[in-house]
Amino acid sequence: MTDYSIQERLLQPTSARVEHPLIETARMFAGNRAALSGLAMLFIIVVVSLAGPWFYPTDPFEMVWSPFSPPGAKGFLLGTDYLGRDLLAQIIHGGRATLAVGCAAALLSVFIGITFGALSGFYRGWIEETLMRITEFFQVLPTLLFSMVLVALFGASLGMITFAIGIVSWTGVARITRAEFLKIRELEYVTAARSSGASNTNLIFRVILPNSLPPIIVQAALLIGFAILFEAGLSFLGLSDANVMSWGAIMGNNRPYILLHGFTIMYPGLAIFLTVLSISLIGDGLNDALNPKLRKR
Amino acid sequence: MQFLAITLKRCSLGLGLLLAVLVLNFLLMHLAPGDVADTIAQDAGGLDAEVMAQIRRDYGLDLPLWEQMLKYFYNVAQLDLGYSFYYNQPVTTLILEKLPATLLLIISAQVVSILVGVVLGVIAARKPNGVASHFVTILSLVGYAAPVFWTGIMLIILFASMIPLFPIGNMVDVSVERTGFAYVADVLHHLVLPMLTLASIFIALYSRLARASMLDVLGSDYVRTAQAKGLSEFQVVFKHALRNALLPVVTTAGLVFSGIVSGAVLVETVFSWPGLGTLAVQAIVARDTPTILGILFFSSLVVVVANLLTDMLYRIIDPRIKTAETSEI
Repeated sequence: MTDYSIQERLLQPTSARVEHPLIETARMFAGNRAALSGLAMLFIIVVVSLAGPWFYPTDPFEMVWSPFSPPGAKGFLLGTDYLGRDLLAQIIHGGRATLAVGCAAALLSVFIGITFGALSGFYRGWIEETLMRITEFFQVLPTLLFSMVLVALFGASLGMITFAIGIVSWTGVARITRAEFLKIRELEYVTAARSSGASNTNLIFRVILPNSLPPIIVQAALLIGFAILFEAGLSFLGLSDANVMSWGAIMGNNRPYILLHGFTIMYPGLAIFLTVLSISLIGDGLNDALNPKLRKR
Repeated sequence: MQFLAITLKRCSLGLGLLLAVLVLNFLLMHLAPGDVADTIAQDAGGLDAEVMAQIRRDYGLDLPLWEQMLKYFYNVAQLDLGYSFYYNQPVTTLILEKLPATLLLIISAQVVSILVGVVLGVIAARKPNGVASHFVTILSLVGYAAPVFWTGIMLIILFASMIPLFPIGNMVDVSVERTGFAYVADVLHHLVLPMLTLASIFIALYSRLARASMLDVLGSDYVRTAQAKGLSEFQVVFKHALRNALLPVVTTAGLVFSGIVSGAVLVETVFSWPGLGTLAVQAIVARDTPTILGILFFSSLVVVVANLLTDMLYRIIDPRIKTAETSEI
């Protein structure tokens, strides 16, 4: 919100040493309290999900006590689910699948999105026209319904679920990548590279793409959160891999008993909420750090 | 005149998109394991190969693929989306029965979230470091991060189970026969929680967006001019700034329609709201492929129509946009 007047700006000492942009970005990120707490929270969640199963080896599929024991009963910190399985064990063990699907689906959609955006932004003409029509098509398609259809028709395996999420969530990345390419391809250094004989592949991958990465990185971070929410939604509707425990699957399993035993849904939902919240905080922090011009919002 | 031409162009693009959805539907129907004959055989507890071949001939499944596709298009053009063997009804009838409930939910959630979001955003933008501004920041984070069905369940536990203000689900109270005004009131009473749940995601989105664009607009020259003329703050904000600040909101409103339809599927399931979403989930459990694909087509139709309307609205609010480039923003 600081509004430097011209005099003040002139009085500012100009730094003789120019920092590497990555260091500057890291410094700005480190100065952002919300982003740092998001990072800390996500770190804890990832560590618990990856290492937790060793420290809390109770089988999440094993029926250990009577169904719907309230939290705290018989040493089961979060109680048991509709089959009498340990809810805490399910949440600790379920994190792996949830995070894995989230990351893999986000990666897939970033890959598709960059391909579409880069090709249409770089080549323009009929390629752009065709690819943008396909992008529009995926924007119109009701995403969750389409993924439900895919998973229902071709089987609820972890791979199919990841594919079904990735294939519908790339349009944002494609739009952003295209916009960046359209902007950057007109800049002087691209013309310079072109006139010094760089091939199109070189121009796309070596010159333009690296310079258009900042907004794509932010979008990719947010996509992980989106994919986790999406997986949870599919699982909640019963479209989850029956052999794998995930946070969404816990909620899907206990869906018929919402009213009497709300805690079986509340805790896994809380886990998802905190994960996505921390990812959003990190994404916002990255956005501020990578696009300093937008920072003053 | 130009308005009409652009609208027509948009309509033809929309038709093209719908045609693409149909092609996709057709491909899915054929790639999916099992066909109509298998379904009937399963229902009948097994049929011999002769009868199954006869059924396939009756349904034209022995024709070349492109011929089947043309036939499918022809049928859809006559609003025939096939027959649901699970419900023993034409898919179109099933869908049209459930469509109004879904439309009611979607439209009310969209309207409420835009209204609340814009009001919150405007309040927040006038004092960028005030309480309202921080509230909008927190709300937008929380609204985005909470799974929408989870929000719904928490609302049910709070406002239907612990404090019984609202019914826990369904669209009407089936124990009492109501007509006229009492019926409408009953539906609205049932609508409150699902609508708020669905709106929660988008209130978060719109308030953040409205705040950002309002901050932008409030810093521009023409607003300063309006202030310098001595206009009241109300006039400056609502007559001069808001119209321009609304543009990004309208653009986004068009883009998120498919997201709203997706959210509605989850919200309807939580609140057993008798719409297309509940039907889709039931059809998926029952492996009722024609119904599922019919719903996919109809909801795409809803999104396309919504996009067309948004586009027209955008050009009414902002007459500067004379070209057909609005979707590129």
